[in-house]
Amino acid sequence: MTVDSTIVTYLENLARIRLTDTEREKCTDDLQRIISYFDELDAVDTEDVLPLSHAFEQVNITRLDEVLPSFPTEAILQNAPRQKDNCFLVQRTVE
Amino acid sequence: MQYETVIGLEVHTELSTKSKIFCSCTTQFGGEANTHVCPVCAGLPGALPVLNAEVVERAVRAGLATHCTITRDNKFDRKNYFYPDLPKAYQISQLYFPICTDGYVELASGKRVRLREIHMEEDAGKLTHDPYADASLADYNRCGVPLLEIVTQPDISCAEEAVETVEKLRAILQYTNVSDGKMQEGSLRADVNLSVRPKGSQTLGTRTEMKNINSLRAIARAIEAEAERQIDLIESGGAVTQETRRWDDDAGESYAMRSKEDAQDYKYYPDPDLPPIHISEADIERIAESMPELPEAKKQRYMTELGLPAYDTNLLTSDLALVRLFEATAKAVSDPPSPADYKEASNWILGEVLRLASETATLPENFAFSPHSLAKLIRLVKSNTINRNTAKKVFKEVFAADTDPEAYVKEHNLAMTTDADAIRAAVEAVLAANEKSVKEYKSGKAQALQYLIGQSMKALKGKAPAPEVKALLEALLR
Ligand SMILES: [Zn+2]
Repeated sequence: MTVDSTIVTYLENLARIRLTDTEREKCTDDLQRIISYFDELDAVDTEDVLPLSHAFEQVNITRLDEVLPSFPTEAILQNAPRQKDNCFLVQRTVE
Repeated sequence: MQYETVIGLEVHTELSTKSKIFCSCTTQFGGEANTHVCPVCAGLPGALPVLNAEVVERAVRAGLATHCTITRDNKFDRKNYFYPDLPKAYQISQLYFPICTDGYVELASGKRVRLREIHMEEDAGKLTHDPYADASLADYNRCGVPLLEIVTQPDISCAEEAVETVEKLRAILQYTNVSDGKMQEGSLRADVNLSVRPKGSQTLGTRTEMKNINSLRAIARAIEAEAERQIDLIESGGAVTQETRRWDDDAGESYAMRSKEDAQDYKYYPDPDLPPIHISEADIERIAESMPELPEAKKQRYMTELGLPAYDTNLLTSDLALVRLFEATAKAVSDPPSPADYKEASNWILGEVLRLASETATLPENFAFSPHSLAKLIRLVKSNTINRNTAKKVFKEVFAADTDPEAYVKEHNLAMTTDADAIRAAVEAVLAANEKSVKEYKSGKAQALQYLIGQSMKALKGKAPAPEVKALLEALLR
């Protein structure tokens, strides 16, 4: 698979970031090299290998349905760039 | 040209667990903004989500109740998108291996609406527009409340079927204690996928999706309006665009959402924070054994064991709060209740109770009166202490404020006269005062008797048993 500027622009949009031309060039190059690793995997016969979603063999890590105190609202809002009425004030969402 | 509508539903239901799906914050509805939030559900970096075991339990119950296959090896996936109601910028959901697949719900007609899957996921926060700041206020209290998304196949062909499907699902979720099913609190809401095609055609038309509709009435209205809009569009030479639309129930119309649909690429991948969940045969057996009686089984039992008509059982079993009221009332009339007690309890609930409920827009789960009060009232009628008309008047008080019917009857002197001499005296006085009617009756005019009964009841202020008055009149006129 070839990573070109179309793919990088698409990823920029998805990630909501803007790259400069220099960054875009470097990014294209980096992504191309990352993708190439996967080409190596493609070459391996994985016919009898189950898909792996987790690296550890842990399963069924759960908790009981019990309520514990939440965090104080001030603590939760500590990192809010803007706040109002105990809420995060965010850019207007259009619907 | 004749068209047919093809509808699929995605029903989202909030689970009635005590705590959220991946953290120990409460799921309680309401509360001051951002008071039910912790680093996990606020999506702070480094916080570790841990699955609430009860969510899996309830998802399996929902699956078993809808004839699904339970997935043994479950995992969670991240659905990535940017929207300020989602502080992590991804929703934890199940894309690749949903916990339940291939089930169905059966409608009254016998038609089966197939369920493609049921999966577990987390709810998002609430955004409200702030006109002063021209910005949105984000409250994350609902963030991380467990949800089940129930996805049907496009098997539904009209608004009525869609409403019935949601009603059946709601009853099943309530009976199995998976969800409280309160649509007005958003515990149950539906996305409607709809397309139209020429009648008989096998290919599906282009579909639109209407999101987050939260009442049965709105679902029906949205479906009818959207089918009409699509047909009009096609008839006038246009084409339906695949898009997400918002249904405005007040305006009675939907409009396309100005979203970045073109960028909808969620880049799903397995959530590395959450290890897989294995569900064993033993787990499934244990849950299956603990399942309560489901709506369909209850309906059948009401018909065969209690001898209730199909129509009545359908209504009664459609809402768990009604079922509880019905069973508790009958039991409080006499224990064990006789078939007549069941019938009487059912008649009261489907009659006066639902009439007043609709008049006052009260939902069954919010009724103020206790089954014991209704049972007392039924016993007062059963023992001929009051007649039905009086009972209906008394029930108004019971319904409004759980008034004790016995005390109310006593206080307002509504009990029927049991004094045979008093009844006889009143009836004789009526006969003496209505010679004309007496003559008419004796000359064969039967309806004159009705008039005399009416006059007698009036004289007795309605507080004598009508059959007794009638029998006495007939005897005196013989
Ligand atoms: Zn939390």
